[in-house]
Amino acid sequence: MKIPSGKVFRNDAYAKVTGKAKYSDDLKFFNMAHAVPVYSDYIHAENLQVDTGAAEKSAGVLKVITAADVPGSIRFGQIDQDYCMFAEKKIMCAGDVVALVVAEQRSQALSAAEKVVISADPLPVVSDPEAALSPESPIVREIENSNLMNHHKMRRGDAPQELKNCDIVLQEEFSTQFIEHAYMEPESAVCVPRQDGVMEVYGSMQHPFSTRRFVGALLGEPLSHIEVYQPPTGGGFGGKDDTAAIVCARAALAARLLNRPVKLTYTREWSIRESYKRHPYRLNYKVGIEKSGRVKAVQVRMISDGGPYLSVSPWVNWRSTAQCFGPYTVDNVHADVLCVATNNPVTGAMRGFGAPQVNFAVEQISDIAAERLGISPLEYRRINMVKQDGETVTGQVLDTHTVSMEQVMDRVAGEIAYEEKLGRCSRGTSEGDELYGVGLSISYRGSSLGAEGMDFCSSVINCQFDGSILLETGIHENGQGAESVMLMLLAEQLGVRLDRIKYKRSSTSNVPDGGTTVATRGTIMGGGAVTAAVQKLKQLMADNLYDVLQCRPEEVRFADDHVLGPDSDSKITWDEAMQHLFLKRVYPYAFGSFQAPDVSWDEETGQGDAYFTYVYSCQAVELTVNKSTGKIKLQNVVAAHDIGRAVNRAMVLGQMYGGITQGIGMALSEDLEIENGKFAHLDLNHYKIPKARELPEMTGIIVENPDPQSPSKAKGIGEPALELIAPAIANAVYNATGIRYRDMPLKVNPEDLK
Amino acid sequence: MSAEQTTPVLTVNGTEHALTEAELNMNLLDYIREVLNLTGTKNGCGTGACGSCTVLIDDAARRSCLTKVSSVVGKRIATIEGFERPDGSLHPIQQAFIDAGAIQCGFCTPGMVLSAYSLLLKNKHPDREEIRRGINTNLCRCTGYQQIVDAVEQASKMMYP
Ligand code: FES
Ligand code: FES
Repeated sequence: MKIPSGKVFRNDAYAKVTGKAKYSDDLKFFNMAHAVPVYSDYIHAENLQVDTGAAEKSAGVLKVITAADVPGSIRFGQIDQDYCMFAEKKIMCAGDVVALVVAEQRSQALSAAEKVVISADPLPVVSDPEAALSPESPIVREIENSNLMNHHKMRRGDAPQELKNCDIVLQEEFSTQFIEHAYMEPESAVCVPRQDGVMEVYGSMQHPFSTRRFVGALLGEPLSHIEVYQPPTGGGFGGKDDTAAIVCARAALAARLLNRPVKLTYTREWSIRESYKRHPYRLNYKVGIEKSGRVKAVQVRMISDGGPYLSVSPWVNWRSTAQCFGPYTVDNVHADVLCVATNNPVTGAMRGFGAPQVNFAVEQISDIAAERLGISPLEYRRINMVKQDGETVTGQVLDTHTVSMEQVMDRVAGEIAYEEKLGRCSRGTSEGDELYGVGLSISYRGSSLGAEGMDFCSSVINCQFDGSILLETGIHENGQGAESVMLMLLAEQLGVRLDRIKYKRSSTSNVPDGGTTVATRGTIMGGGAVTAAVQKLKQLMADNLYDVLQCRPEEVRFADDHVLGPDSDSKITWDEAMQHLFLKRVYPYAFGSFQAPDVSWDEETGQGDAYFTYVYSCQAVELTVNKSTGKIKLQNVVAAHDIGRAVNRAMVLGQMYGGITQGIGMALSEDLEIENGKFAHLDLNHYKIPKARELPEMTGIIVENPDPQSPSKAKGIGEPALELIAPAIANAVYNATGIRYRDMPLKVNPEDLK
Repeated sequence: MSAEQTTPVLTVNGTEHALTEAELNMNLLDYIREVLNLTGTKNGCGTGACGSCTVLIDDAARRSCLTKVSSVVGKRIATIEGFERPDGSLHPIQQAFIDAGAIQCGFCTPGMVLSAYSLLLKNKHPDREEIRRGINTNLCRCTGYQQIVDAVEQASKMMYP
C-alpha cells in the first residue's frame, strides 16, 4: 500500500530521537576489554622498531599487539592488497598504526599507549604529487618502480589536432583540497568471540561484507567464521569502508587473541588521522570552441593525490575520466587522469567520488566560455549539453531513459530568476559594502557503479504464518534511510500495510553479499532486488491461491492488504492468505536478485556505455561578498534533480540539503591543511564543516521522469546533491567580484577587491 | 557533620546519584555514558566542537564533554533519556523531528533535541534565524539543518499554539 505523500516514514526514527538507538560504542558485553591504537611521529620511515615492554607492564594491560602477532595477512585492500593494517617495517603516512594496546579499562590502555617506544630511520617525505612523478623522486611504494598508481585515459577523435583549428581556445587550471568526511560518529567496533568459533563483529561501517573480508584477511579465517552486524551508523558518506573495516579487523584480532570481547572506539583525533580523505585534484583543461558556441575539442590532464595505499583510487579516477567534461557532448576528447602515490594521508571513497573535483573545473569553464563567446551561460550550456538520444563523451547513446538536462536547468533558472538576476550582479562594484552575485551549474551523474565494479544485489522476503513479514536486502543503512525505502517499496508492490513488515537486522551470515551501499546505488539496486523478490512471491502465491479465489493464477491481484481475484468479490485478507499457504505446506518465501544492466568500457580509448542510467542535476546560488572582509555569505540555494522517482520525498529532500551543505563546506570552509604529510590539526574545532547559521534556506525541486532501466523507476540522490554546488558558488563569486577563484576552498582576499 | 551530608550528589533525569571521589574527577560525558549507561548522549569529538554530547544543566544546553562532574555537583542534569514519558509518548520536539524528516544518521539528534528544548524555554516563538542561532553550536553532517529548523518551528507551534 502506498504511503501518503508528504508523510515521513523512517523505521529507525523513534529509536534515534529517544536516544535508544545503540551505536557501536553504546554496546557493552560481559568481560569486555578495551583497545586503543598507537601511532608514530614519523611520516615516512624505515627500519621500524617497536618496544612494547614497558607498555605490557603497565597497569591493567592484557596485551600489546603488533604486526608480529597477526595470524593472517597484515596487508589487505579492495583492489590491491597493500593497505597495512599494522605497520611492519616501514611507516608510510601519519595514520599508520604501529600497535594496539588492550587493557581492562580504556583509561589503562590509553596510558599504556604512551609507553610504547617507537624508533625508525626517517626517509624523505614525498608530498607533492606533481614532483612525485619526476624520475628523481623517491619511490613511495616499494612494490612499484614509479609513483604513478593509476592512469585512466580517454581518446576520442583527435583533440590535439582539432584544438589547432578552434576559434577560441581556453586554457584553465584548477585545484581542490583534501576533504574529511567528518561523519559525526567516529569509528568504533566491538568484537565478540562466540562459543561456536565464529567472531561476531559490531561496528560503525558502511559495508558489512567488505568489513568481513578485511576481518577474515587479518585473522586468516574463512568468511563463514565471521558474522558482521551493522548497528546504526552515525554517518559514512563513503568514508566508512576500508578504514572502518580495518578498525573492526583490529578489534577482532584482539578479541581472538584474548578470547574475550574487545571494544575499539576511536577519538576524533584518531579518526581524522587515520581515515582516508577525498582526493585533492589538480586539473588542467584546454577547451577549443567554435564561434557558434559549440565545444569542438577538450584536452585535460588531472593529477590526484593517492596517498601511500591504493584503496579505491582507480575507481574514483575512473569516474573522473568517464565524466571528464561534465554533461556535455564533445567529439574530440583527450583525457589523462593520474593517481600518484605520496606520503600524504590515504585517499579513497567519498560521496561524489571523483565528480565534485571535475565539476568544479568544468562548470566554471562553462561560464568562462560563455563570457568569451558573449552569450548567456544558459545558452552555452544548452548548445553543448547531452540531449535525448545524443552521445556522451564516452560514446554512449542516451536512448534508454529521459534525458532531462535541459528540463532540470530550466526549472532552476526559472525558480531563481537566473537570467534577470545575472544582470544585477555587482562584478566588483557596488554602492554599499556587499557585492552581489548569482551562479549556476549543471551536471549529470552515472548511477551506481557502472563499468567500475560488480553490480548485483539480492533480497529475501520471508512471510510469517501470522501475517507479519520479514524483509532483508543486501544494501545497508548508513543513515540515509535505505531500509525505510526498501520497506516502502515492498509495502507498495505487495499491496500490504507497512506495519506488517519488519526489516531484519542485517548480518553477513544471512543474505548474500550485495556489494557496497555506495555510488548512489542503494535505492536502484536494493529496490531492484526487492522488486524481483516480490515478483517471485506473487507468482508463488498466485499458483497456490487461485483455486481459493476461483480464478486463474494470472488473474490474482494484490491490493489493500488483500489477495484478490479479477473482480473484487473474490478476495481474502492477507492473514487468510497466509493461513491457506501454510495449511498447504507452502512457504511464502522468496529470494530475488537484481543485476545491473550491462555496461562496457575500453581502457585504452575510454569509450563505452559507462553507466546504465544517469541522474540530471542543476543547482544555483545567490550570495554576497563583503568588500572589507571578503566574507562570502550565501543567501539562497535552489536545486533540481531528476531522480526517476521519489520513493520517500522528505528523505530525498534531506539528502539534497545534506549533500548541498557538504558541497558548500568543500567550496568555502573545509581544508585539512596537510603540510609535508603532517596534519596541522586533528579536531573539528579547526576543520570547519558548515553550521546552521552559515547556511541559507534551500529549495529542493524533485523532477521525476520514471526510469525504465530501474525496476522501481527510482535512481538515487545521495551523490548528485553534493557534486555541483561548489562551481555554482565560484561562478556567483565571480559575478559578484569580477574575480575568478580557481582553487578550493574559495578565499576572497579583500585586498583584491580594492 | 555526618558523612551523609557531605556526600556530593548529582541529579540526573530526576534521580539522585551519590558521587565517589573517582566519579567527581570524570568528565560529565563519560560519567553519563559509562557509569550511568545513558548512551543517548554521544561523543562526537570530545573537544567542544560538535555538540553531540549536549545535556541540560539546570535547563541550559551544555557540552558534557567539557564539563567536570565536580563542577556540577548539586545541579539538575537532563539527558535525552529524561524525555521519556511514563506512557512512552514523545515530547512534541521529538515528534516534530520525526515528522519533519530531521533525522538521518541520528548521531546529532539527541543533542539537537536538547538544544532546541533549551531554546524554546527561553524563546517560545523563535523565527528561523533565531532557531539557527539556537542550534548553531550543534553540528550535523547529514541534514544540512533545514529540516531540523523546520522541526523546531513545528514544535514551537505545537507547544505554544
Ligand atoms: S563531544 Fe562534546 S562537543 Fe563534541
Ligand atoms: S543526522 Fe547525522 S549528524 Fe545529524
